[in-house]
Amino acid sequence: MGLNEYQEKQRMPWRGVCFQILYFLLMGQNLVFGDEIAPSLSLPTSQFPWWGWPLLLFFVTLIMGILAVLGGVGGGVLFVPIVGGFFPFHLDFVRGAGLLVALCGALAAGPGLLRRGMADLRLSIPVALITSSFAIVGAMLGLALPTHIVQTALGATILGIVLIMFLAKKSEYPEVRKADALSTALKISGVYNEVSTGQDIAWKIHRTPQGLLLFTLVGVMAGMFGIGAGAANVPVLNLLMGAPLKVSVATSKFLLSITDSSAAWVYINNGAVLPLLVVPSIMGIMLGSIVGVKILAKTKPAAVRSIVIGILLLAGLRALLKGLGIWE
Amino acid sequence: MIYARILDGGVRIGVVILVITFAIYVFEIITSHIPVNELPKYWGLPVHEYLATCKISTGWSWLGMLGKGDFVNFMGIAFLAGMTIVCYVAVTPVFYRKKDSAFFILSLAEIGVLILAASGILGGGGH
Repeated sequence: MGLNEYQEKQRMPWRGVCFQILYFLLMGQNLVFGDEIAPSLSLPTSQFPWWGWPLLLFFVTLIMGILAVLGGVGGGVLFVPIVGGFFPFHLDFVRGAGLLVALCGALAAGPGLLRRGMADLRLSIPVALITSSFAIVGAMLGLALPTHIVQTALGATILGIVLIMFLAKKSEYPEVRKADALSTALKISGVYNEVSTGQDIAWKIHRTPQGLLLFTLVGVMAGMFGIGAGAANVPVLNLLMGAPLKVSVATSKFLLSITDSSAAWVYINNGAVLPLLVVPSIMGIMLGSIVGVKILAKTKPAAVRSIVIGILLLAGLRALLKGLGIWE
Repeated sequence: MIYARILDGGVRIGVVILVITFAIYVFEIITSHIPVNELPKYWGLPVHEYLATCKISTGWSWLGMLGKGDFVNFMGIAFLAGMTIVCYVAVTPVFYRKKDSAFFILSLAEIGVLILAASGILGGGGH
């Protein structure tokens, strides 16, 4: 590179950044900033300022935050496969960041959900004890297993979540004829006000032991892959245990603040947290969520959900094929 | 509800700490252990290689490195990750006062699980 060309690039780094962002969006390829050639690189090396990556991450997570709200999924489930698949950061750091992204989203939403009676503390506490314990197991497994195995399993899990999102029917008010003995003993039941109709809806749950058993898998999954696992929480709470859909969605979101907290500590204590990756991602997802909530009323949720499923399908395939060494 | 009130306040404080400490880091107000422009050399490494190459210890060793620009960020991160423990510590006595022994025990157990996770006792092995 000639001196003049180099000086021109130094003066106008945005031109290169914009080009690479466009290339990334169109081609789904890894970008290069700084001196280091990222793994699985397919673009020629370019000189960019170090801040290009966090900036790009901020904008990508901003879009993820909007899509997550409109598509009815958690930010973490989009974050890990997309950033892990298309950015140069090692999957260890991406999973650590994914947990913190999902955790912060859940922490921010928690107070509102609890105050409105949508998230139920009595339903959350027994489930959270299971998921947070097994999230620790998942986190330790994820950090101990070879990366390609975690990557492959992540891809398979994301594709499984896509299948659940595509096939699973949701029940607004599942019929629970009789609460089971365990939920009765723990007094897990409640009443919430359905804003759309103004009615107070009383609810109770059944099949609690089976549900708790399934939550062991959900916990391992959340810790191992750094995803929020809300997409797995909701069907268990709603379809298996019979909690109303809104209670299930809200309780699932609140649960993430406990599940992801335990797993996040394992990643923090094992050094798998890079602030340059974590903070822009948290800010992007949070701002995206705020924007998403504002435009929610003006969009067609079904169309957005299809887009989210499509993105997850691509990201899941990418993770799977990357793990198998087919699409490096 | 006490849980919601503490969580609400804690998240606000945590996010403010996160933003301030990140600004300190990226504007290089304090010298970082790994200069921010050199981080691209390391972020593609598996975590155990990154730790070995950059001579970073695991567990709560970051507390001793809070004077470094990159590690000062862990104040906000740890604060947010610790919020759930604080909320549980606040809500557990409520169950005790209400003689709700099952939820009192469940809450105590959850505090134990979260403290175990946060303690740094649990290693993650290595790839």
